[in-house]
Amino acid sequence: MEPGTLSTFLKRGAIWGFIVLELIFFSVAGEYLSLSDKAFMDLDNMLLLFKQSAPIGIIAIGMTIVMINGNIDLSVGATFALSAVVLLDSMTWPIFAGLGDGVIPIAWGLALMTGMLLGALNGLIVWKTGVDAFIVTLGAMLGYRGLVFMYNGEQPTSHLNWTLVDFAEAQFLGLHTATWFLIAVTAAVWFVMNRTVHGRNAYAIGDNRTAAINAGIRVGPHMMINFMIIGFLASLSAVVFYSESGSVNPNDGELYELWVITAVVLGGTKLTGGAGSVLSTLGGVLAIQLLRKGLGHIGADTETVNLVIGLILIAVLFLDRQLNLKGREELRI
Amino acid sequence: MSNQTPALRLEGIVKTFPGVRALDKVSFSVMPGEVHALMGENGAGKSTLMKVLGGIYQPEEGRIIVGEQPVVMTSPLQAKAKGIVFIHQELSLAEELTVAENIYLGELPKKSFGRVDWQQLYAQTDEILGRLKVGFDAKTKVGDLSIANQQMVEIARALTVEAKAVIFDEPTASLTDAEKVVLFDVIEDLKAHGVGIIYISHRMEEIFKITDRISVLRDGHYRGTLTTAETDEDEITQLMIGRKLDLSRNASHHEIGDIALEVRNLSCGKLFRNISFDVRRGEVVGFYGLVGAGRTEIAETLFGLREPSGGEILLDGQPTVIHSPADAIAKGISLVPEDRKGQGLILGMNCRDNMTLPQVSDLKAGPFVAEGAEIAIFDQYRDRLDIRTPGWKQLVGNLSGGNQQKIVIGKWLSMHPNVLIVDEPTRGIDVGSKSEIHNLIRELASQGYAVIVISSEMPEVLHVSDRIVAMFSGKIIRTFTSEEVTEDNLIQAISGITSDKAA
Repeated sequence: MEPGTLSTFLKRGAIWGFIVLELIFFSVAGEYLSLSDKAFMDLDNMLLLFKQSAPIGIIAIGMTIVMINGNIDLSVGATFALSAVVLLDSMTWPIFAGLGDGVIPIAWGLALMTGMLLGALNGLIVWKTGVDAFIVTLGAMLGYRGLVFMYNGEQPTSHLNWTLVDFAEAQFLGLHTATWFLIAVTAAVWFVMNRTVHGRNAYAIGDNRTAAINAGIRVGPHMMINFMIIGFLASLSAVVFYSESGSVNPNDGELYELWVITAVVLGGTKLTGGAGSVLSTLGGVLAIQLLRKGLGHIGADTETVNLVIGLILIAVLFLDRQLNLKGREELRI
Repeated sequence: MSNQTPALRLEGIVKTFPGVRALDKVSFSVMPGEVHALMGENGAGKSTLMKVLGGIYQPEEGRIIVGEQPVVMTSPLQAKAKGIVFIHQELSLAEELTVAENIYLGELPKKSFGRVDWQQLYAQTDEILGRLKVGFDAKTKVGDLSIANQQMVEIARALTVEAKAVIFDEPTASLTDAEKVVLFDVIEDLKAHGVGIIYISHRMEEIFKITDRISVLRDGHYRGTLTTAETDEDEITQLMIGRKLDLSRNASHHEIGDIALEVRNLSCGKLFRNISFDVRRGEVVGFYGLVGAGRTEIAETLFGLREPSGGEILLDGQPTVIHSPADAIAKGISLVPEDRKGQGLILGMNCRDNMTLPQVSDLKAGPFVAEGAEIAIFDQYRDRLDIRTPGWKQLVGNLSGGNQQKIVIGKWLSMHPNVLIVDEPTRGIDVGSKSEIHNLIRELASQGYAVIVISSEMPEVLHVSDRIVAMFSGKIIRTFTSEEVTEDNLIQAISGITSDKAA
């Protein structure tokens, strides 16, 4: 075996091993602690878990590629909320009144367009000004949230379309619509990152920007494309979620950026860029959702859940660091 | 001087690295009140010797004696406590802090409750600054000072301890002539106070101006000590280079073709001025000079990384403007950068992906990357350049330096460039791979590539080049053909001896 293969294997498989551990722990602990008679690994319970993972999961897939690229996007929660407002409000606009259910694809299109445009704006600013993505999207986070409040004040924006609700609640092969979206997005982005030129160059830019420039790669456009993808995915997440719920509060999506980053980091993507995988991110998303559900199952309250997730995140990153340090014997200078 | 005790003595120092004997029984001493030059080519062992002295490396054999007391150096801090002070070429100052805070960093005078005794701090600092006769005071922010004055702050730091020996490592690299005069005054002052000074420099002019004796290292061996007043450049050069190299090897035995690249009066701010040269197909042009002479900057300008402030670049006789590296690559110019890991490779990627990085956008099958075509390219250049790797999946970060460099070269060869620029082709590469890379460069020329080699190693430049451009301080001093070049005239050209003194 090549040196380093074992630690690579451990790191790649770690998140899935962690999920298995969670399942075993909660199943056993549930026997003694749970108030209900239902087993933790109940099929319906698991299907619901996938569905509930979708909103954060879809955005996390986008965050993975932005972070592989060496950037970060803190504005996804606000983008999520603004796209939801556009989705629900546009269905009530008088010009679309005669369309009936024909308004649905238009509203979807408008919402997705919103996300993509906001992402493009982030990307353009990062590209052209050279300001760090953290700062740019921190500003965007505040600004886009401001737009949400300007739109409807403190009032929720609501519109329930029953055709949409039916679509969102539908199950195909047992899996909910939202789950299918999560799977499709993961698959599509996996192909982009592993099989296309854009993906290859995004990894290269994140790993060593200077070397990428020296290889003639134009860094700016690739970064902008990734910001457009995450903007699109933030609004797709909103579209999937609010098609069913039908009402958006101006505060919705707050702290989503942090939950998303938590999932991505838990999945092993490096904050410094150059390394990461969308499949592991999916694992990170599921691990967090399992933890929430499992702790709920054995009777813990929300505050405890957050504390535990925080501790686990730090423990995982510490472990990752230890694994990375091993086998790297450099000359002390 | 002989009946005095040396300020600092190194005896029989041996330091080995895997496969290299970097220092082989080197002895060296400096007397109190003496300026002692340490000379040698790059790689001769000067820096290693200084790192041993500074406690950064531990020698396998030999002793360090300060005054009459043998010491074991374990860290730079300890060396300073023993009175051995280094003035490095690179400054290490906190730019946002004042001069006084920098000078006493880590040892600020304190009052009760850990408060800083500012009064005492400024008084002490002003005393030292007065000794150095500088034009700034203790409260000036270091970031507001010129580079020369920042260097003065470093020197002032050295004066806070009772220094027995001060080591200057290429101190004049970033100084103007006026600033050099100030520095030399300071050295005279230290000398008058009985401090022993080790002065490392390539610049003959300075060596003759301020040093008393000169010791020469070559290939990790001590080669002798000369008294400055009784020697000349030729004798020093002879000691530094040793045996005469076989110069016949560098003559081309194949047809030299048309001019591929011509540069006319190219300038870039203060980095280099009025650079004119040409490179023909089938020819290797070597650029030789000291670090900071502007060679790498010329390469970066030709590759579109810097915008020239004047002059022309002609490719195949056509004037052209190079906007970016992507543009340079499209026009057939390739650069193998000097920092292989930092600028040339994506260390977290495998060999194949690194090799095909610049052309991956041309290797498509529908929307996807044509991995088969990539593997074919990798296999072709692995065989051609004899790259030793278990397979294309191997991460490039796990390869040896020589094989990494071959990956970078292969990357550009697979793009079929017209002009190949190689900056420091063998830096950090073991001896065996070195000669392989040299042969490869010669072979590329014979296949009709126009090649520019930038190197700080004289044997390398002499070995691979058909012509050699000698640079000093941003200017071309002279272009040598392989018939006219000798080590002596090359060393003199890059040390600024034949140049005018206006720089």
